[in-house]
Amino acid sequence: MFERKLGKQFGILLLLVAFWGVVEFMLKTGILNPFYELNLILIGINIILAVSLNLINGFNGQFSIGHAGFMAVGAYGAAIITLKAQLPFAIALLFGAVLAGIFGLLVGLPTLRLRGDYLAIATLGFGEIIRGMIVNIDYIGGAYGLSGIPKLANWTWIFALTVLTVIVIANFVNSTHGRATISIRENEIAAEAMGINTTKYKVMAFVIGSFFAGLAGGLHAHYFYTIQPNTFNFLKSFDILVMVVLGGQGSITGSIIAAVGLTILSASLQSLAALRLVIYALLLIVIMLFRPQA
Amino acid sequence: MEVMEVFLQQLINGVSLGSIYALIALGYTMVYGIVQLINFAHGDVYMVGAYLGFFATAILGWSFLPALLMSMFVCACLGVTIEKLAYKPLRMAPRIAALITAIGVSLFLGYGMMLLVGPQVRTFPQVLTEVQWKLFGSITVTNRQVIILVVTIALMLLLQYIVHKTMIGKAMRAVSHDKQAAQLMGINVNNTISATFAIGSSLAAAAGVLVGIYYNAINPLMGIMPGLKAFVAAVLGGIGIIPGAMTGGFLLGIVEAMVSGYGKSLYRDPVAFIILIIILIVKPAGLFGKNIREKV
Repeated sequence: MFERKLGKQFGILLLLVAFWGVVEFMLKTGILNPFYELNLILIGINIILAVSLNLINGFNGQFSIGHAGFMAVGAYGAAIITLKAQLPFAIALLFGAVLAGIFGLLVGLPTLRLRGDYLAIATLGFGEIIRGMIVNIDYIGGAYGLSGIPKLANWTWIFALTVLTVIVIANFVNSTHGRATISIRENEIAAEAMGINTTKYKVMAFVIGSFFAGLAGGLHAHYFYTIQPNTFNFLKSFDILVMVVLGGQGSITGSIIAAVGLTILSASLQSLAALRLVIYALLLIVIMLFRPQA
Repeated sequence: MEVMEVFLQQLINGVSLGSIYALIALGYTMVYGIVQLINFAHGDVYMVGAYLGFFATAILGWSFLPALLMSMFVCACLGVTIEKLAYKPLRMAPRIAALITAIGVSLFLGYGMMLLVGPQVRTFPQVLTEVQWKLFGSITVTNRQVIILVVTIALMLLLQYIVHKTMIGKAMRAVSHDKQAAQLMGINVNNTISATFAIGSSLAAAAGVLVGIYYNAINPLMGIMPGLKAFVAAVLGGIGIIPGAMTGGFLLGIVEAMVSGYGKSLYRDPVAFIILIIILIVKPAGLFGKNIREKV
């Protein structure tokens, strides 16, 4: 039984490596042009964002709409490390993600006492506060943003970290801690009555989610050379939210598919940003009206 | 003396800004009081109101008052339509589903408007020529600020009258108190909810037209920030409480004007949200607390 499972996992791993190899080969030989590379990168980043938000919104049932704020923390944290301290990329990414995780802890502890729509508004507020603070710190470029970040992220990094994120979150959800997390979504009072420390697990899910959002932010910063506070406004949070809702709250596969689909959709509607968001909005409404479970 | 003058000037500016927030906050608080939904699209109704005002004054050449009334009327219809199409089917669904829908409606209105009229900033025509009155020292009040305040107070008085003295107001209070009991008493709950949306949306539209006149510039995404801040104002005063929304709006406007007046304009937006977080954590019921809860 165990061996068979191991065999299956090995098969998946082999498949993933093969996929990575084929894409890497095609990128190197120029079969896939930079436009496709850009979108592959975006898909990877969006998958990390959607899956990590899904942990908070979908599995833990805590409605957060400030995810872009943590992404911003990670992006700036990582960029400072490579740009100002000139340390290796891996350290920068880790620093950005940990920093975002710490912010997640700071934000999560007081706000996770709130429920439902109040929590949503509080996370939205925090996302905006983080952005507002970044605008006011001259060291990291203020409202103009930070530019000249070395382009260290590439397909290999993004692919590896996307896979890592999915594996970690999927394993977390299936672990003891994950079960506790899900039980809070199902019924918080019952979970508490069963002896689950609800605050601990809510904050845990929030911190893990923030950590990976920070990771995505770090990757984003090191692919696009430049970051601005406005990149991480609540529209970005909504983007991620649409992916989670479209894919189904509490479904990792759904989030991945939605992230891939919506990234491709937005790439094909690049010239019509307004139309893209109108379509997003209609998608949200229609899903909620006719198929809330997505 | 200098310090005092800056303070008074910012107080005047703050009251004008606060009037706008208060008008929008009223719609939030009424809708929340009656259906327990944060109507994210409310800020965008305000934006539509501003565009209707722009359309009436710049293209049709109407004067201020007819433009204001037309905008209020059309937005009232818009509010009712949104409620019927998007929120009503979800009344029994989990609140998060309705919240996501509200976000969807908000994005739809904002970007739909952008598709329709283009993303550029429009300059509002000078419907009212600006007159500045010098009070003592260097403190000035413009006629626009006075008009904003007068219109706001008039609308608030009208609202108080509707809520407390009319049949529909009584029905609103009853429905917000207990939906089922109200229904058993023969109140048409659906119509009452529609009326609440209509009144709230028309107040937002009035705020939109007033903002157009005050700042002279409107754009399709102008509704998002004031919408969120008006929600902060509603929470500040205690959500569901009408006088709370008015007070919260004025308070928030004054705080923001003070922050910008003392040279920290970049901190304006974070300050509003910091107030929100503090209120949510310390006193989620808002300044006006639970005892005098007067929900509509």
